[in-house]
Amino acid sequence: MNTGNTVQDSVTALKKKRAWHWLEYVFWLAAAASVFLLPSQHALLTQIAIWSLFALSLDLLLGYAGIVSLGHAAYFGFGAYVAALFAINFTGEPITGLIVAGIAAGLLGLATSLLVLRGTDLTRLMVTLGIALVMYEIANQMSWLTGGADGLTGMPVNPVLGIFPIYFRPANSYAYVLIVCFVLFFVAKRIVHSPFGYSLRAIKGNPLRASSIGIPNNLRLIAVYTIAASYAGIAGALLAQTTPVVSLTYIDFQRSADVLLMLIIGGTGYLYGGVVGSALFLVAQKFIGNITPQYWEFWIGFALVVIALFARDRGVFSIFERILGALRNDKAKP
Amino acid sequence: MNALETIGLEKRFGGIVPTNDVNLKVREGARHALIGPNGAGKTTLINLLTGVLKPSKGRVKLGGTDITNLKPHQRVARGISRTFQINQLFGELSPLEAIALVIGEREKLGTRFWRAFGSDEKIVGEAIALAKQFGLADVLGERTSSLPYGKQRQLEIALAIAGKPRLLLLDEPAAGVPEAERHEILETVAALPKDVTVLLIEHDMDIVFGFADRISVLVDGKLFVEGEPKEIENDPRVRAVYLGERTDD
Amino acid sequence: MLTILFDGIAYGMLLFVIACGLAVTLGLMNFVNLAHGAFAMLGGYCAYVLVNVYGVPFFASLPVAFMFAAMIGLLAERTLYVHFYNRSHLEQVLFTIGLVFMTSAVVDYFLGSQQRFINLPAYLQGRFDFFGVGIGKYRLLIILVCALILIVLQLILGYTRFGSRLRAAVDDQRIARGLGINVNWVFALTFAVGCGLAGLGGALGAEILSLEPHFPLKFMIYFLIVVSVGGTSSITGPFLASILLGIGDVAGKYYAPRYGGFVIYTIMIVVLVLRPQGLFARGTSK
Repeated sequence: MNTGNTVQDSVTALKKKRAWHWLEYVFWLAAAASVFLLPSQHALLTQIAIWSLFALSLDLLLGYAGIVSLGHAAYFGFGAYVAALFAINFTGEPITGLIVAGIAAGLLGLATSLLVLRGTDLTRLMVTLGIALVMYEIANQMSWLTGGADGLTGMPVNPVLGIFPIYFRPANSYAYVLIVCFVLFFVAKRIVHSPFGYSLRAIKGNPLRASSIGIPNNLRLIAVYTIAASYAGIAGALLAQTTPVVSLTYIDFQRSADVLLMLIIGGTGYLYGGVVGSALFLVAQKFIGNITPQYWEFWIGFALVVIALFARDRGVFSIFERILGALRNDKAKP
Repeated sequence: MNALETIGLEKRFGGIVPTNDVNLKVREGARHALIGPNGAGKTTLINLLTGVLKPSKGRVKLGGTDITNLKPHQRVARGISRTFQINQLFGELSPLEAIALVIGEREKLGTRFWRAFGSDEKIVGEAIALAKQFGLADVLGERTSSLPYGKQRQLEIALAIAGKPRLLLLDEPAAGVPEAERHEILETVAALPKDVTVLLIEHDMDIVFGFADRISVLVDGKLFVEGEPKEIENDPRVRAVYLGERTDD
Repeated sequence: MLTILFDGIAYGMLLFVIACGLAVTLGLMNFVNLAHGAFAMLGGYCAYVLVNVYGVPFFASLPVAFMFAAMIGLLAERTLYVHFYNRSHLEQVLFTIGLVFMTSAVVDYFLGSQQRFINLPAYLQGRFDFFGVGIGKYRLLIILVCALILIVLQLILGYTRFGSRLRAAVDDQRIARGLGINVNWVFALTFAVGCGLAGLGGALGAEILSLEPHFPLKFMIYFLIVVSVGGTSSITGPFLASILLGIGDVAGKYYAPRYGGFVIYTIMIVVLVLRPQGLFARGTSK
């Protein structure tokens, strides 16, 4: 029995978990290469990147802290409107807009987290749904500010930092979105592998034990809810900056449901689930949705039912699971 | 000096009173045992001490300070640590991660969000040392949920001790552990330094008499009798309570 | 004024008939069934097809709508729902949203996406004046039918063997099984009746609730409000919540059409945060 070795192994395993996997390098290099190699697909790729970021923000909640949200679009839409209004009234510089949107959505998340975290998970579902509906109604009613059902147009998009123009330049705009996503993924990765991130996992795994080893559960959940809301707001702002109009669809239930579905398709708790899910979702939408919208709705519903039925081992996605299992580093026993 | 004191502690659920006017005093450094038949209210009392439940009446004092209004995690920060009758572990984490997490929280480093978890050599070193003490060295990196029950039970106690408590509450630590391994578990607990006060809640008399230097008996939510192990062992009323219960089983 | 009150009560009664099945699944079986509205929609479309296409009398179409929705509910419960009773709420949410999407798509595909109206018999149209209060005949009918259903439900739950079995099964499944109650069957039957009532409500309310393929999603939140605000400890809680919601919604649309939704959702959040057990729940343990 050589316990010395297993101890050493487990310490290395712990370090390895937070290190970057080679697949991650490949993925980001491929993403960077796609800026130059796939010019015809930039519109789709931009969409995928933004949805990935949005799904990542939900993953922080669901995959790491165990909070189910049916209304995550509230923060996405809020960020988008804030970014658009900020650009119209102050400056069209995109990075400033992202920061402002992120802070605003984060503050909204902070305020609403106090409502969300009070109840059991059933009331949480209802409250998250209710918050998104209230935000939708507000956006709809304050049409003098938001354009209501017509949407908000005329948002200026200046060159990034005054030097890098992205307005009506798909390649540049995709590159800009990709860089923002990369930075935020990097930050998210640091967070989930930090002591704070582990305490979230502990709360998700066993809230009773977490509080009896001294973790202030509610404070940590408020913190992650705020971070997730801020991420969602930045994703919304990105979409606002890369599309001509900010409309009520930014904030409706469909969006909350779609992002949840994308994340579930790709899998929760390893950060890249949203990337996989949104890519599959949007590519499939492009093909199936082109036939008729009813077909698309039907197959999305079908996918949800099947995933829910087999979600335990991720059923039809076990193939992905196997590839990504390496990424997650929960390799088979040594 | 009392490490723990409750004053007129009471808990009501509707018409049921699982804790009824309990005045418990646990001396600093004691190996105190709380015994009682099933349904006597032992676990409710633990939940009142740790703050999982709010008392209907009465106070809880830790080392002379009133902690009645503190939340569970705040009581942990004051030095109360507990184990559970039924394992409450983090199934997804490895023992090393779980123990390191407890140590990090104890050192108030749990809010660090930029530094990598497990990069603090001191914390990892301490976690490994503790895991070795509890016979967990060979399973350090495995998922807790895949460990055999005995190892999980050891981890349950290791997590409580990793918090370096002033007062350790053990809720039937030997529950479900085979006879042969029981002593192993309690030896580690008995070997704790004397500045740690231990309150052991237990059903099994052999364990209690081998471990405790002071025993309180709880019956129907009330403190029934308290004294040295010898006194309790020879107390006819205690025998009656236990014998009565055994015939019920 | 009183007319609004009257319309609101009719609307609330409808919500109650549709949502009371959800009160059982969500509240008592702890199952998050977001697809409940789909059964109401199916009942509505069933009545629509019968009346408008085959010329079946309106009154005859109602029991058929009930049976249709109940049978589909039973089928769905036995084949699909039964796998989800012990799953996490997230999985239940995904599954039932999926069902909603599929049902909406199928209905849209076969019957089109436009709003449908059931041809009402002439004697149900129009209003009459009752001491200065304009009373819609159709709405009066809704109130009468729904009140009848409420009474029958109370009687069944309170005084029949099935009612006591259901209450036993809900209180403690294990003990109920021990007593020889076929809990699975009780749940299935309850689920089917709940769906049937939803279908009946959908048929009855097609006129007021606007029957179209996205009906289940549009009203999902309303049904959830009824159950979560009303609580599930009795039938009266959801009933009162339905009436309040109905009156509030109709009055809101009339007096402050711009802020109606906003006010209702805000009230729901406040109630949920302050009284997670529901507004009318009696103080239970803990």
